[in-house]
Amino acid sequence: MKSFSGKALRWEWRDGIVELTLDREPANEIGTVMLADLGEFVRTMKTFEADTAACIISSAQRRGFSAGADLRELYQGAIALPEKERNAGVRRFVEQSHEIANAIDAAPFVTIAAVHGVCFGGGLELALACDIIVADKMARFAFPELRLGLIPGFGGIPRLKRDLGNALVRDLLLTGRSLNAARAHAVGLVAQLAAEGESLKVARSTAAQITKFDAAARIAAKKFVKPIPYEELRREVEIFCELFKRPAVLANLKKFVESTEAMPYLP
Amino acid sequence: MRTLEQTTQEVVDLATKHFKVTAGSLSPSDDFFKKLGIDSLQALELLSRLENHFGIELPDYEVQGVSDFRTLAERIQSRL
Repeated sequence: MKSFSGKALRWEWRDGIVELTLDREPANEIGTVMLADLGEFVRTMKTFEADTAACIISSAQRRGFSAGADLRELYQGAIALPEKERNAGVRRFVEQSHEIANAIDAAPFVTIAAVHGVCFGGGLELALACDIIVADKMARFAFPELRLGLIPGFGGIPRLKRDLGNALVRDLLLTGRSLNAARAHAVGLVAQLAAEGESLKVARSTAAQITKFDAAARIAAKKFVKPIPYEELRREVEIFCELFKRPAVLANLKKFVESTEAMPYLP
Repeated sequence: MRTLEQTTQEVVDLATKHFKVTAGSLSPSDDFFKKLGIDSLQALELLSRLENHFGIELPDYEVQGVSDFRTLAERIQSRL
């Protein structure tokens, strides 16, 4: 299937490049609908991967690439269930997100995240599953999960550790602060900076360059330089699920969902 | 080295331009959330503009509870 239009995203294949556009209001929050559509993309990848050199993941939402997990849906789903079912449901959700991120991470084509605006939590984790991040100058990156009493649960920490120095991982995770695009570029999280609103254009130019290379060499090179930390990823799932069981997490989710403060995203 | 007054004026000017409001309609003591009707994500957009303009990093937690331009400018000033 070389094109698809779902409830949260769409994709189109043309001339060896797939463009996957996240498009769910207000900020591409990752909940069951987004995950279902991403799952469809991953299932369909096999049908076009042999003809594909690059895939660009971008956002059509003005607010940014993705604000992360749909905390409202997570909270509403959690309080509706008894504890055992709630914890089982969260585990299923996290495992599904890992399957998706792992498939994108291991894709034989080059994946490029074209980021603008907010790239937080699960959104950053989706970008980290990609090979290259291109960001416009207004992009911001954060792992705010500690604020909720959780850690990133979609594979972000093992991937960030794989790609960057541990000191930066500690800074981001333990303070919950967001990095601007210039800093993210300086530390190597972002490969290329674009002018405001131009990240997709820069990503397209990068993808076009990648299509020039021999596919077998590209596939072998990517496998060689990008080990997937499967063991750490599995550990992350266990740690996340264990933390989620604590009453403090539901209380923090409730506080976020019911907040009338202007800045609930800030720690 | 900028004075706090200069920094404050630049913050107000940047906010005026970013949120496309009438020049002169914002003052240093304004509560920018109430005056501009913005939310947290929009506040982060302003933060990006300010960081890019002043060439600094301003951790989000340092602006927790800050809602007026003058106090925001003080936080920025301490990073210049």
